[in-house]
Amino acid sequence: MNSSAVQQSAVTASNPSSSLMKRIIRNRYMYLMILPGLIYFIIFKYVPMWGLVISFQDYQPYKGILGSEWVGLKHFQRLFSEPEFWVIFKNTLVLFVFNILFYFPVPIILAVMLNEVSNAFFKRFVQTIIYIPHFISWVIIVSISFVMLTLDGGFINEMLQAMGFEKINFLMSPEWFHPMYIIQVIWREAGWGTIIYLAAMAAIDPGLYEAARMDGAGRFRQIWHITLPSIRSVIIVLLILRVGNVLDLSFEHVYLLLNSMNRNVAEILDTYVYTTGLKQGQFSYSTAVGFFKSFVGLALVMLSNRLAKKFGEEGVY
Amino acid sequence: MVQDKNFGSRLFDAVNILLLALIAIAMFIPFLHVVMTSFATVEELTRKPFLLIPTEYSLKAYEYILSTSTIFRALGVSVGITVGGTAISMVLTALMAYGLTRRDLDGRKAINLMIVFTMLFNGGLIPTFIVVKAMGLIDSYMALILPTAINAFNLIIMRSFFQNLPDGLEESAKIDGCNDFGILFRIVIPLSMPAIATISLFYAVTYWNNFFSAIMYLNDADKWPIQVLLRQIVIMASGLAADTSGMGDDFVKPPEQTIKMAVIVVSTLPILIAYPFLQKYFAKGALVGSIKG
Repeated sequence: MNSSAVQQSAVTASNPSSSLMKRIIRNRYMYLMILPGLIYFIIFKYVPMWGLVISFQDYQPYKGILGSEWVGLKHFQRLFSEPEFWVIFKNTLVLFVFNILFYFPVPIILAVMLNEVSNAFFKRFVQTIIYIPHFISWVIIVSISFVMLTLDGGFINEMLQAMGFEKINFLMSPEWFHPMYIIQVIWREAGWGTIIYLAAMAAIDPGLYEAARMDGAGRFRQIWHITLPSIRSVIIVLLILRVGNVLDLSFEHVYLLLNSMNRNVAEILDTYVYTTGLKQGQFSYSTAVGFFKSFVGLALVMLSNRLAKKFGEEGVY
Repeated sequence: MVQDKNFGSRLFDAVNILLLALIAIAMFIPFLHVVMTSFATVEELTRKPFLLIPTEYSLKAYEYILSTSTIFRALGVSVGITVGGTAISMVLTALMAYGLTRRDLDGRKAINLMIVFTMLFNGGLIPTFIVVKAMGLIDSYMALILPTAINAFNLIIMRSFFQNLPDGLEESAKIDGCNDFGILFRIVIPLSMPAIATISLFYAVTYWNNFFSAIMYLNDADKWPIQVLLRQIVIMASGLAADTSGMGDDFVKPPEQTIKMAVIVVSTLPILIAYPFLQKYFAKGALVGSIKG
């Protein structure tokens, strides 16, 4: 250690604030780089959080947040006493449960299947194809479904008719909303969802499979006793994230599928916020709905994270 | 995996490969169906809808699309938003991500926490709308870019990638008299091309696909990007969508099936063209940060 370094550490010890200034000056360019991004987060993420206060007001756009009248919990009271709200809350939960039951396992199964393929070329080929839909917008996914499912001239209905069945009005029937929704989610996201599981599987020690084969384990037993337990923590992390998004289902997707016939099952919190807020101009009420949604979402992440830790897993934070 | 190829194991492989092939085909057939139908003649379609192969090909639908100013303009808007938006997003993301890599940076932890928190909790639609409106961005293309300019998840991936570069490179650059900006642009970025390509693809796809910001912030139908127009043409024209306000005036009567298909193809094409070039990067790039932020 030379003398100037000794001097420096002496300064650090005796006068922490001047050394803080020194560090800040030394890193001034780094702060300069962070600044634009920081401004972005403050304006477009944190100012809207502060804007949540309008759910406690009768917000008038021309009066602004500071000029609008405070009304306490009025909008929240309305929300909890509105029968329509509970229908929408239920629709949101049903969609979430379907998501977990019917979508969540699919990428895991697909990843296990892909992991068992030893031909690298075939594996890449399948991956290339099943990743593509992830990059296609919901508008296009829903549009393609529409032209294929439509009553007159839609490919699926023509097939049904040719095979001697009745045509089905998939798009306008409430009972077809959930199957359609889930199939579209699987179509668009299942392939992409395999990436993270495949990465976790790539990290598994091949010796484990070797040993299992020595013990006479078949392919299914190897999957059950080695592959799946090895990716357990990844599965749990993704499940927590999914649960956290319980109320944050894809607005665009549902909005595009929504019509006057299936509204009873298809209207969810996000689309409700959009219609009551922007379409009908009930800013404060719809902000209260959104606030409720964000709050429940946050509580669910924290709850599921705590549960995961209790079961000895790492959790997401 | 060489030895031990007994019958059961071979059967497993055969069934597995067959199933995967079927899944891949099933996921791809709808796209193929749309592409093929867009090239069909209207007569053949009304005679007998078909799955994949038309007997006669026609470019009529594409000729029609390119002759309408509405679709042409919407495509132009989308290209502009995608190029401009991706550029802005990448600059902001890369700068902030690199800025947050230095371990001795005071306040670094707090800023990281602040970013992660926005992934768990947000002000929601109406308060964000009010902010965008207060900034005078309504009916401006910037409304489709600025409010979503940085994606927290992309930022974290980028930061992890930068952090994993060897420290020695920065130190030697510093000794050679480079300042932090110099290090970022001359050393870190050239070494991070896989991550930059991946994140750019993610941003570009988001901008190209964006439809929500446009219906929120653009009242003027002349400014619509292609996704909104596509919705008008395919979904609204079927009379099914949530609201029917502001139908494009070029499409009073529902357009022919072939035209709908052709618009779908045209709005998907840029992604399908970009995809093979970037695919080799993204699987690797996407994983760098996602395993452990």
